[in-house]
Amino acid sequence: MVERRHWFSDMLPHLILTIGVGILAFPVWLAVVGSTWDAGTIANGTMPLYPGPYAVENYTRALGHGGRSSGEPVGMLMLNSFVMALAIALGKIAISMISAYAVVYFRFPFRMAAFWLIFITLMLPVEVRIYPTYQVVAQVGLLDTYAGLAVPLIASATATLLFRQFFMTIPPELVEASKIDGAGPLKFFKDTVLPLSITTMAALFVIQFIYGWNQYLWPLLITTRPDMQTIVVGIKKLLVTQDALTEWQIAMTTAVLAMLPPVLVVLVMQKLFVRGLVETEK
Amino acid sequence: MAVVTLQNVRKVYAGDIEAVKGVSLDIPDGHLCVLVGPSGCGKSTLLRMVAGLETITSGSVAIGGREVNEVEPADRDIAMVFQNYALYPHMSVYDNIAYGLRNRRTPKDEIDRRVQEAARILAIEPFLNRKPRALSGGQRQRVAMGRAIVRKPQVFLFDEPLSNLDAKLRVQMRVEIKKLQRALGVTSIYVTHDQVEAMTLSDKLVVMNAGRVEQVGAPSEVYRRPATRFVATFIGSPPMNLLDGVVEGEGRVRVDGAVLDVSDMRAGLQPGHLVEVGIRPEDLEIVGSASNSVSLPIDFVEELGATQLFYGALGGQPFVVQAGTGVVPADAKSLGLRIAAERIHVFDRESGQRLGRVAETAAA
Repeated sequence: MVERRHWFSDMLPHLILTIGVGILAFPVWLAVVGSTWDAGTIANGTMPLYPGPYAVENYTRALGHGGRSSGEPVGMLMLNSFVMALAIALGKIAISMISAYAVVYFRFPFRMAAFWLIFITLMLPVEVRIYPTYQVVAQVGLLDTYAGLAVPLIASATATLLFRQFFMTIPPELVEASKIDGAGPLKFFKDTVLPLSITTMAALFVIQFIYGWNQYLWPLLITTRPDMQTIVVGIKKLLVTQDALTEWQIAMTTAVLAMLPPVLVVLVMQKLFVRGLVETEK
Repeated sequence: MAVVTLQNVRKVYAGDIEAVKGVSLDIPDGHLCVLVGPSGCGKSTLLRMVAGLETITSGSVAIGGREVNEVEPADRDIAMVFQNYALYPHMSVYDNIAYGLRNRRTPKDEIDRRVQEAARILAIEPFLNRKPRALSGGQRQRVAMGRAIVRKPQVFLFDEPLSNLDAKLRVQMRVEIKKLQRALGVTSIYVTHDQVEAMTLSDKLVVMNAGRVEQVGAPSEVYRRPATRFVATFIGSPPMNLLDGVVEGEGRVRVDGAVLDVSDMRAGLQPGHLVEVGIRPEDLEIVGSASNSVSLPIDFVEELGATQLFYGALGGQPFVVQAGTGVVPADAKSLGLRIAAERIHVFDRESGQRLGRVAETAAA
């Protein structure tokens, strides 16, 4: 394409992108700045847009003690969230990969029915089936446990579909070559499918980890003990206080801390994540 | 090394689609048998049934005298080379070649010895640590062959192994496959749709069409005495010319007003029997404008370098003549043609069967 360069046509995309970044980044910046001032400055509405001197104090207090109203140290909330998100992400990958393998590579009776049943669960997220799910979890005694937090969220139609699509791009000759090379279904899974799926698994891990980390309603419902709470629930508790000033500086600090693990996961896995979504290595 | 025997092998897919309609075949020990035919003729299905990748609807497949209908592919003692190579993309070349042996719990030093030997034979030693995607098409093809030969199987199966290569590489690999097969002496079945590949590679050529075997024989025999009209037009390039004709009498056929003498025609055909006369483009003699010749007006000429192809029509049917470059003057508007009686093939117009000797041994 022949492009006629002009200062305005050069600037326009930058301008649009800058506005977009500004809209997205400003609240984050506000939270970061808020976590470095004291309660009074934030409360009287004169908080400057640059960082203040209270960062160390705020972060040590949040991590070690937490806010007055929630009373749980953020460090523990983060650990709970981390365990839950990790269990959900790994569990989803394991379960959906195995079910996709079954649907793609085996010809069993009611194979399509099984596939459609999985597909239909797309229409049944936790929020829709929350009451029966709660009943089941409560009756098997999983309230206030990590298993109760993670297991009901593990079944995943999205991940199964993604793996199915990926498996269908693996050339059928590879299966046949494996058969002739003496590799059975389990060996083919372990030696060929698994190594080829690494990038897809990484992409899913990123998406599902963040999904697990951001869960609010489900942890709120099934945890009663404060030491089993997750950080997303914890932030909410900080905001609603009775007979006292909301500790905005601690809420902001907690919010910034809550953002860190997902950001780290994305940064660390970025390369694999992009490759998993766009490239298939065959 | 083994004899491969197919007996009345059939394959019927769901919905009553009959892909292979009863094929019987004997492949002697150490021979390279090429299955050739247009796409959809069942040649690949037949190969995959020998490999064990397709079930056999009826009939039997035996390798080395053992019926293998119900035997798993891994236990049939075969090795297969696929069209798209089917290399494991995440494994190094070495691991690709060694994988089958490892699954058989071959001792480590034995694996290493065999992989190195195969790599030496195929000249892929420098690439053993590379991944397949870092190799060219020809190199990948060699790795696929390496994976087959380390197994020391009784039978090699090739499923259009050269189709993904460019023309020059294809000719080169064709020669190498032939040499390798000769050197190893392993019975091989090779599927292709390319008749040149089929002619040059095969000890035994099997021409298939619509799920049936049309003709089995040595390549030269199939070329010289095609058993059916289909074989006549499929084998040979450019394809054999076909002209409608009518039997005039014993050894004589009338084609477009002219009467041709035919030396190889079944006796006892009634005058008036509808036939097709086949003449290969390279079998015609160009005689200028002699009195007893047929004249072919030239529509256009194709230059192939060493030879030229002259396109025209006889009696309303397209006709091609091949001649050495320089035989015909550049400004010629028509060709005078003569054909030796023994070079004319006659086919039944209705059934397409050859009306003459098929087997070479019966020839005078």
